[in-house]
Amino acid sequence: MHLDVRIPMGLLFLLLGIILVIYGFTSDPAIYQQHSLGQNVNLVWGSVFAVFGAFLLVLSRRRRT
Amino acid sequence: MPLPVLAAAAGGAREVILHLAAVDYVILGLYFLFVISIGWVLRKYLKTSTDFFESGRSLPAWVCALGFIGANLGAQEVIGMAASGAKYGIATSHFYWVGAIPAMVFVGVFMMPFYYGSKARSVPEYLKLRFDEKTRIFNALSFAVMTVFSSGISMHALALLLNSILHVDYNLCILVSSLIVLIYIVTGGLTSAIYNEVLQFFLIVLGLLPLVLLGLKDIGGWSGLMHQLQGYSAAQGMPGAWSHSWAYMGNEKSNPMGIEWFGLVMGLGFVLSFGYWCTDFLVVQRAMAAKDMSAARRTPILAAVPKMLFPALVILPGMLAVALLQRGGHGFSLPPAADGTPNYNMVVPAMLSQYFPNGMLGVGLTALMASFMSGMAGNVTAFNTVWTYDLYQGHLNPAASDAHLVTVGRITTVVGLLISVACAYAARQYNNIMDMLQLVFGFVNAPLFAIFLLGMFWRRATGHGAFFGLLLGTLSAMLFHGLSIPVGETAWIKGGWIAPHWVFHSSMAQNFWMAIFAFSGCFLGTALISLATAPNKTDDQLRGLVYSLTEKIRDHDTPWYGRPAVLGVVVLAGAVALNIIFW
Repeated sequence: MHLDVRIPMGLLFLLLGIILVIYGFTSDPAIYQQHSLGQNVNLVWGSVFAVFGAFLLVLSRRRRT
Repeated sequence: MPLPVLAAAAGGAREVILHLAAVDYVILGLYFLFVISIGWVLRKYLKTSTDFFESGRSLPAWVCALGFIGANLGAQEVIGMAASGAKYGIATSHFYWVGAIPAMVFVGVFMMPFYYGSKARSVPEYLKLRFDEKTRIFNALSFAVMTVFSSGISMHALALLLNSILHVDYNLCILVSSLIVLIYIVTGGLTSAIYNEVLQFFLIVLGLLPLVLLGLKDIGGWSGLMHQLQGYSAAQGMPGAWSHSWAYMGNEKSNPMGIEWFGLVMGLGFVLSFGYWCTDFLVVQRAMAAKDMSAARRTPILAAVPKMLFPALVILPGMLAVALLQRGGHGFSLPPAADGTPNYNMVVPAMLSQYFPNGMLGVGLTALMASFMSGMAGNVTAFNTVWTYDLYQGHLNPAASDAHLVTVGRITTVVGLLISVACAYAARQYNNIMDMLQLVFGFVNAPLFAIFLLGMFWRRATGHGAFFGLLLGTLSAMLFHGLSIPVGETAWIKGGWIAPHWVFHSSMAQNFWMAIFAFSGCFLGTALISLATAPNKTDDQLRGLVYSLTEKIRDHDTPWYGRPAVLGVVVLAGAVALNIIFW
């Protein structure tokens, strides 16, 4: 039985998501005005990453049990 | 073609520089850590040469499909297609909806039964089983040289780009990127490469998607984009050409690609596309790693689904860049290329620097790195398999034990990467030699699909027919190149070195027509020589290798919606719909 690719992938996206969300909360709001049209992309897309990562992890657990 | 509007707009900024913060380095570092760990964890599952070179033929269809498309989603795709999106607009989607999807469905439905069913371990090995040893050697050698060269080009492009946008040392980039790829392939073999390609696929898609969304929002949505492109294409003297895929393909003067529909459909859509997707071991290897025949057949068809949607991800940034420059103001600019026109290869980095704040910037950069590394790793895994099975075991040491082959595969990975590094430095020193090599590969590859088509669907095709037909096809390509030239070029590496007899509107058109010519030469040559020579294989030997002698696969145990033919039809219908929507 191989390693389920969803495990490392889920972990990576979950971790990246958490980092982005934390950074989204703590960073200077000015950078979002300067770059991303006023949107806090780190917060928004970080949540997308985290949810996607968690989803992959749930899928991999389901398959095993 | 001069682009005065953009050149003026881009005059201000000389280069694109990404200013990274600690968070970006953390993200990049985390990615590297995961890439290497995947190889490390997989090493304990790796026991036989089948595990190392073919992933033990054990992977589910969706993993193979994402690996299949991930290996193809190299930097050439991300950087190059964005550049083409800027140069040609929506018509760039022909590389997908015409130049990829039909061939991907074809290889899944019709060809995979022979690749997977024959138990050949590589594409050259299939040629040996179907034709003879010399055809295999010809294909294996040219393929091996081509893969290390491509991997070197990928490495060079990455180092050049990072050097330019981050001011990182060129040598350091080469060292780090080749070491990472080396570690994860030597430890985990093909499985590790495929797993990383799946990871890279999601990183590239999720990393670049917000870039497109922000760009679209900035320009005022789809209608805003179309509005700017209308203005831009009118200024180029081809009104409407940037916002339609087919409407301006009637003749080569009315579209920026400089090609007419017939050359496009036959050259790109048939010869080049089928030649790549159906015979290039780099992609076919991913499907051959599938756990069973059904999964192997579904691999390219499932891969066609994301492939069909990629234009939104990789072409749209280029179109957005042109539209943003056309609109002016707001600070988006591209650095000029050597000839003073905007450097479209910098579209993606320039958009990253424009729209991504630190944090997402790290993600975007990671996605870019992932695309370079997947291109490199794909080439290296295909190279080590062809070298070890077709050249080493086939000729140098037929009696080699299985464990010995794994060792050879690992050593080959190291050697292959070393040669790639050498190629990268050669590309840095001598641009012309690289152009020349690329040209030679073009000559060799263009006719290739003809012998597979005849081999798989005509039992009478013989070994001599295939080998000499291939030579004839290569010769036809050279002859065509020597007699044709793109308009405004001087005769030599661009063509016309015999006599510039046929003048094409663009080098793309010349290239597509060269492919048509080479294919026809090879097809006719193989057919005629086959008829003139005695068959070198008995019907029994050809069972499982040729359509008429192979038992048809009945998919009765698969539900109807999982059958390759049904999936293929659905995917094709999707491609047709997209062509019509963006007509």
